[in-house]
Amino acid sequence: MGMKKNVDWVKLFRTMYSIRVFEKRCIKLYRQGQILGYFHPYLGEEAIAAGVCSVLEEGDYVVSTHRGHGHCIAHHGDLKRMLAELLGKASGYCGGRGGSMHIADFSRGNLGANGIVGGGLPLAVGAALGAKIRGEDRVAAVFFSDGAANNGVFCESLNLAAIWDLGVLFVLENNQYAVSSPIEAMTRNPELHMRGTAYGVDSARVDGNDVSAVLDAAARGVAACREGKGPVLIEAMTYRQTGHHVNDPGKYMPKEKVAHYRSRDPIDICAKYLIDLGNVTPEQVASIKSEVDAQVDEAVEFALGAPAPSPDEFIQCVGARA
Amino acid sequence: MTQTAGRECTGVRTIKYRDALNEALREEMARDETVFLMGEGIAERGGSYRVTAGLLDEFGPWRVLDTPISEASFTGAGVGAAITGMRPIVEILFVDFALLAMDQIVNQAAKYRLFTCDAGRVPLVVRTQGGVGNCLAAQHSQSLEALFYHIPGLLVVTPSTPRDAKGLLKAAIRCDDPVIFIEHKRLYLSEGPVEDEDYVTEFGKGDVKRTGTDVTLIAWSNMVPRCLEATEVLAAEGIQAEVVDPRCLVPLDRELLLSSVAKTRNAVIVQEAVRRGGVASDIASIVQEELFETLDSPVKIVAGLNTPIPFNLELEKVCVPQEADIVEAVKGLLGS
Repeated sequence: MGMKKNVDWVKLFRTMYSIRVFEKRCIKLYRQGQILGYFHPYLGEEAIAAGVCSVLEEGDYVVSTHRGHGHCIAHHGDLKRMLAELLGKASGYCGGRGGSMHIADFSRGNLGANGIVGGGLPLAVGAALGAKIRGEDRVAAVFFSDGAANNGVFCESLNLAAIWDLGVLFVLENNQYAVSSPIEAMTRNPELHMRGTAYGVDSARVDGNDVSAVLDAAARGVAACREGKGPVLIEAMTYRQTGHHVNDPGKYMPKEKVAHYRSRDPIDICAKYLIDLGNVTPEQVASIKSEVDAQVDEAVEFALGAPAPSPDEFIQCVGARA
Repeated sequence: MTQTAGRECTGVRTIKYRDALNEALREEMARDETVFLMGEGIAERGGSYRVTAGLLDEFGPWRVLDTPISEASFTGAGVGAAITGMRPIVEILFVDFALLAMDQIVNQAAKYRLFTCDAGRVPLVVRTQGGVGNCLAAQHSQSLEALFYHIPGLLVVTPSTPRDAKGLLKAAIRCDDPVIFIEHKRLYLSEGPVEDEDYVTEFGKGDVKRTGTDVTLIAWSNMVPRCLEATEVLAAEGIQAEVVDPRCLVPLDRELLLSSVAKTRNAVIVQEAVRRGGVASDIASIVQEELFETLDSPVKIVAGLNTPIPFNLELEKVCVPQEADIVEAVKGLLGS
């Protein structure tokens, strides 16, 4: 906990609050029929993306998941281009070809959200391996879920990163559900961080709703990775505030548990740090919030007015390929 | 009657297919520091077919990496390295094992270029080998090129000679898109002429392996030498068969295939893979669509039986096209 004096609480809060407001606005747009396809909200998990990405440096990589808006916003994501992509517009990150599950920006080290659970894990290993071969100390942070931890590529990737001492920060976002299946029913030992230990990887479990705890663990993990002592695994305990996607009411989630985690809302926890440790007044918090609200409004306006991709251009582009 | 040559302007040696591949790897690794190799038993051991022999000593342990038997993750690591500035070559010991990495090949490698509107490319080569050997049974004998051929975003290369193997592997390494490079286990020890000079064989350019006037045999990989053997039998009976090797299945040299068939007016496509859903069927559809009026006979396909490959050698033989099957098909087609 010794690193807090260096923390930019305003920036952290701004990131987390941006994710929250961005997604809430998007869910409205989704319900209005403006956003189509799948939309997996990150609501309730914001502290993990914000905490981890805040300790990354320029040149580091992030590998994300189908529940990836938070990671993208926390790692240099541009709200306008993100929203335009969710609306399938030409000015979106993928020109309307990717949508929510596939936003990537290689130019900023965002190696992409991923529609395949666990699919991103080996990509992070490869990014870190490339950096090692080139003699660079870049770190690859890969976000994945308790669901992905039950996929074979998790063990394989952990093992590969371990035998080659790669700078991979494995960030296991344990929101306790694989779609609708509770983790206790999907494994005999839900202490998932122990899987990292079993592979000889430094592993720890933290409160994923407490951005300070995430940040501390991530800072230690990233430092170890940069020194060539990686990989490191962090299991961040959290809970979704919604179902698996926008159209899933999440009836299988026990009310008491939902209420418990809502009472430990990561945004509220961060706001408290901001006031207590960041020397910011409640009035200043309110003004940060309205600034972010305005940015999201602006992004919505931009995206709604953005041009649609041209089917002719698309056909021309892919038709020219083998 | 002559096999295509005509490129012997500089020195030419006769070397093995596996050594030609080794030369391609060595030359490209020396030329470009971002090229590196990953695979099972490829470093110290030099690979099951000795394709990577000597490279560990020359380029060191971070350019030639032995992996655990974890096809999904080391192939995925290849994708991750490729999208961050490297040119990885991932060796999958048998094409049958590529099935363990299909998510990474099909859902990841093949898709990124689309998602990123061409900004993010995947310069990955997956080197693997397929086809029947001798009694390797059902999980080590498959010809699976059609699986990859079916996936937009992947390039599929199937060299049949040492010369093509070297030039095409060099092209694959320099290519900015994922290439599935399928060698044939029966070809590793085959020999052929390879130029001394540095050369790269352009993708999408087929090669006429034998000129003829009566029928076009379209074949790739190990079916090319098999067709060439069959042409000798046919020639003895007065039939001059042309053998066209597309070399790359994606991109396919449609022009070359069509011009040959337009000339001979008869086409037999010879494929080691099972008949159902194969590349031969797709080529047949292209030929009949473009040349229906020109053809003297229906396009004929000689292909493997729709069965997993059995262990026993005689049973194995009946599963894949043999020289006699090709001869019989041609004679049946020409009514001779």
